[in-house]
Amino acid sequence: MDKKMNDYVQDFPILRQKVNDEQLVYLDNAATSQKPRPVIDAVANYYYHDNANVHRGVHTLAERATESFEKVRTKVKNFINASSEREIVYTKGTTEGLNWIARSYGSTHLKQGDEIVITYMEHHSNLVPWQQLAHETGAQLKYIQLLSDGRLDMGSAEKLITDKTAIVAVAHASNVLGVVNPITEIANLAHKHGAVLVVDGAQSAPHMKIDVQQLGADFFVFSGHKMLAPTGIGILWAKSIFLAEMPPLEFGGEMINSVELQQTTFKEFPWKFEGGTQNIAGVIGLGAAIDYLSAIGMEKIELYERSLVENLLPELLKIEGLKVYGPLDPVQHSGIISFNLGQLHPHDVATALDMQGVAVRAGHHCAQPLMEYLGVSAMVRASFYFYNTSEDVQQLVKAIKATKEFFKNDTV
Amino acid sequence: MTLSKLNNLYRQVILDHAAHPRHYGTLKDSKEQLELHNPTCGDILKLEVILKDNWIDEIAFSGSGCTISQASASIMTVEVLHKTPVQVEKMVTAFSELVTGEKTTGVQELLGDAMIFEGIAQFPARIKCATLAWKAIYQILQKAGRLE
Ligand SMILES: Cc1ncc(COP(=O)(O)O)c(C=O)c1O
Repeated sequence: MDKKMNDYVQDFPILRQKVNDEQLVYLDNAATSQKPRPVIDAVANYYYHDNANVHRGVHTLAERATESFEKVRTKVKNFINASSEREIVYTKGTTEGLNWIARSYGSTHLKQGDEIVITYMEHHSNLVPWQQLAHETGAQLKYIQLLSDGRLDMGSAEKLITDKTAIVAVAHASNVLGVVNPITEIANLAHKHGAVLVVDGAQSAPHMKIDVQQLGADFFVFSGHKMLAPTGIGILWAKSIFLAEMPPLEFGGEMINSVELQQTTFKEFPWKFEGGTQNIAGVIGLGAAIDYLSAIGMEKIELYERSLVENLLPELLKIEGLKVYGPLDPVQHSGIISFNLGQLHPHDVATALDMQGVAVRAGHHCAQPLMEYLGVSAMVRASFYFYNTSEDVQQLVKAIKATKEFFKNDTV
Repeated sequence: MTLSKLNNLYRQVILDHAAHPRHYGTLKDSKEQLELHNPTCGDILKLEVILKDNWIDEIAFSGSGCTISQASASIMTVEVLHKTPVQVEKMVTAFSELVTGEKTTGVQELLGDAMIFEGIAQFPARIKCATLAWKAIYQILQKAGRLE
């Protein structure tokens, strides 16, 4: 692996284009990543050569498709260091994984008076399912506070996680604040009080080495599309003891053992959760994505992204009127940088950046309670991936400065 | 420099309205009130009107949003004041066709200063920002039973 990080750009054809007459700088990776040629090829080759439904046929193509489909489970298992491939359940993404946990595990384990503890920094998909579950079961939903630099307030966590707590659900990495939460510490707290820990890995799995056993999580979910794979494929990992007892939620083909007129027996996990024809091409694409990421090395990706942040953050902080949310120390900040530029509305900033080829996101980032907590209505977010370069960092900084200059006479 | 294109969007009139919005605030005795949200960006617009006889006698808006949505709300309030609901409905339709680029001619008289938003058709992601206030005035009249 002597390829320099900058060389990986070559594998992403989409990045080689101009937007509004400027070289595209794609900094919306937290929303979804771009796909390298090996992933696109794997999906195309599957359709060119192997397409068939899985687990259903004796013919050669069906055999091939099934084998590839199941092989990816092993890749995922190794990618997150699960103890068995049977702990890997295919979903359509993080949102579906979290909803399944809430509906399958949550509904069968929670009762009135129990408590669910989440944090103020959660994405709506790690918030609304728990809120719904609380409404249905009479459980209470509580929020761990944040410190002024956006990191989790562990003192607040210690107060809120008690013997009443049944489920703790937290993001491994925030999609707004650029912080990575101390999962192992939270896991210890949760387990001390007999609660289970659900980890939303949507923003961590693409950017760092994940070891679910070392983290101490009970559930870990993530999306393929934020880590080079196609949209519509995700992973729900849980310890076997939970998957074994959780009832399936999607009934139909694929997931059954035998169906009688009044009775049905289900397959074992993970298959009992995978009702109906699955996103086979998505699974194949995810396998190729994992191969690609593993060939680079997740540690290397994390280090490289940190070096980009170490370049960017000081430059941003030098711009007068620019406010960065989350830790200001680059060492503590992931490749997600949210900011506001004076009184300018984030949408105006994002449009101005787009005019200069820079793709960022503006809005509440599916975290309205967090926005409310921080007292802002929206932010601009630049989010990096390993194929971004230091030129991208420079183009962003330059574009922000030009935007400030363009609007300099307005006090909007 | 590419930012010059931005001048098509952020025309001076728009910047001026956003910085100094007209009819910003609340009314004392308004019966008709409405709050609209733009769910993708979190913008909030509160609109109030007082209808007298058959026209809009007073109007005010508040809330927060981007330059485009604030300026559009400000200009909308200026343009619909003292108009009848039927006239306003025509304006809403014309404005929507203007910003999507469907019909940009022959509406100058109807839309007045709101014509300034013609350039927004080149910025599809921002059309919703411009139409929020117009959607609000339409809905408020509809809710008040003033539209057939
Ligand atoms: C922290 C976090 N959790 C959950 C999600 C939801 O992921 P998906 O939309 O792929 O289900 C996202 C993606 O936006 C996220 O950033």
